[in-house]
Amino acid sequence: MLEKAEEISNYKDVWIFIEQIDGKLKDVSLELLGAGRRIADKLGEELVAILLGYKVNGLVKDIEAYGADKVILVEHELLKQFTVDAYTKVLVELTLKYKPSILFIGGTSNGRELAPRLAARLNTGITSDCIDFDINKDRYLIHVKPFGKLMAKIICKTRPQIATVKPRTFKKLEYNWNRRAKIIREEIKINPEDIRTKILGILRASKNPYENIEEADVIVAVGKGIGSKENLKLIYELADLIGASVACTRSVVDRGWLPSSQQVGQSGKTVSPRLYIAIGISGAMYHTVGMKNSDIIIAINKDPKAPIFQISTYGIVGDLFKVLPLLIDKLKEEVKEVKLSIKKME
Amino acid sequence: MEWNTVSCKSGLKIIVCIKQVLVAQDMKIDPITHTLIRENMPSMLNPLDEIGVEEAIRLREKYGGEVTVITMGPMQAKEAVLRCLAMGADKGIIISDKAFAGADTIATAYTLYMQIKKMEYDLVICGKISTDSETGHIGPHLAELLNIPQICYVKKVDLDIEQRRIIAQKETDEGIEIVEAPLPVLLTTAKDLNEPRSPTLKGMVSSKRKEIRIVTAKDLGGSLSHYGLKGSPTFVDEIYEPSFHKPRIILQGDPKEAVEKIVQILLKDKLINLRS
Repeated sequence: MLEKAEEISNYKDVWIFIEQIDGKLKDVSLELLGAGRRIADKLGEELVAILLGYKVNGLVKDIEAYGADKVILVEHELLKQFTVDAYTKVLVELTLKYKPSILFIGGTSNGRELAPRLAARLNTGITSDCIDFDINKDRYLIHVKPFGKLMAKIICKTRPQIATVKPRTFKKLEYNWNRRAKIIREEIKINPEDIRTKILGILRASKNPYENIEEADVIVAVGKGIGSKENLKLIYELADLIGASVACTRSVVDRGWLPSSQQVGQSGKTVSPRLYIAIGISGAMYHTVGMKNSDIIIAINKDPKAPIFQISTYGIVGDLFKVLPLLIDKLKEEVKEVKLSIKKME
Repeated sequence: MEWNTVSCKSGLKIIVCIKQVLVAQDMKIDPITHTLIRENMPSMLNPLDEIGVEEAIRLREKYGGEVTVITMGPMQAKEAVLRCLAMGADKGIIISDKAFAGADTIATAYTLYMQIKKMEYDLVICGKISTDSETGHIGPHLAELLNIPQICYVKKVDLDIEQRRIIAQKETDEGIEIVEAPLPVLLTTAKDLNEPRSPTLKGMVSSKRKEIRIVTAKDLGGSLSHYGLKGSPTFVDEIYEPSFHKPRIILQGDPKEAVEKIVQILLKDKLINLRS
């Protein structure tokens, strides 16, 4: 483990692991370029994107435009599909050669397998699900993450400082077509025997329209206040009217009312839609860390002291079984008016 | 590396790493070490670990062998171990010592590794995450230290005992992958891998007669500097109350009026596109 100051000072630059699947960039990687840009500027160091795959050099343009100073590109047939063995091997070799100070990895299913495996091989520290970063006076990375009902600042004594971040925690930079990065191609030898897990088949799931909460502009979210699985029809009705995805708290998942893929919060997904309507959600920290960056939050809850109102832009204090039908009716009325006015125009 | 490769002649040797987790609402933080206070706090067996124990028992029922559950934590973790034994696990090991306090995931995985590397195993199973710290690091850390392959978020397991290999279905963000790996292998459990059984009364009675071994830092060997807070590359530097932005408009009273106001705002600010 590297803890001596003089050794730590040999480590430089902020690295972003750029994840691609079937030749498509994951949004979280581009969001991390945004987060990493700020940290690299604070340190006066470079922001380096690490891209692994096969025939993926076409993705470099977007990576440049989203803020990288440098792209290290490793292309190999055995990197076409993500495997933790091959990707760990390549990242270890690159890390030992270039000595990055910081490495951010998106908290996707692949990222969450890769990051801790890599940290253990490099014998360095790792912090999961960070929601913010800063630099302290000793130029160490401050990892900010929820800790129980409180927030924690975590410091890593070793290098590289590895962190995972959930999708939608940070915003991408503006796409800048004119940005150019230095491209470095690295050849790394990978043998088929290096990969102990063999992928026999891949089934890409077709998702239900309510489920895509990470990409959604509008989310209707429900807590255990909804009372039963049957009552969810109210939620779907509202979601259909305004074209929203449906999210929920952990207690709703625990009761088996909705699948965990729709869960928002510390043990679920992080979302930041334009509009988040929280229904029957008290607003415990475990939930709010996953949605508090939404642009507008509307809460409906019968308890005026519910913490959700603390972070809401608008709130209605009232029984959701009274408020929701009224809301749905009012919106239906508006839909009718819109239809009427369209008819008049015709 | 000193891990053992074993044949499955005597049945499967399965190790399940479990954790006694804190009940979410009751988490408290030590003001000095900034780590979670675990002693004498309400706690339970991590639900995703319970799924791991269930899968191990089912595999043993099918192929024969032995299921050992291992935990690192204060002696209170015995409750969680007893529950696993009552479900049907064969043996329990509690790694407990003041020297392990304040461990981050790297130091925790190292501690588990120091015990597991002395044992025989075909499968090591960990929960996908724990519900109190939620990192999901231990499985991959441990697989790396043991130098065995890992398959995470497993929702279905098929073993080929003759060929000493596993074919598993794993959940990914994109869907499902079917993955093959040689044994020994480390798995982490997805939520829908199985529905864990509840311990029966008979199971609870027999659990009291099963072996629970207590292991200390001295038993594990190795340098004390690798354990606990000292062996942890990360530490909590500061804890603080989060500050949220202040509320703007909270409507009380007549729900009808409130709804009308909200809909006005939604439409005026073009926050929603009504679907006809």
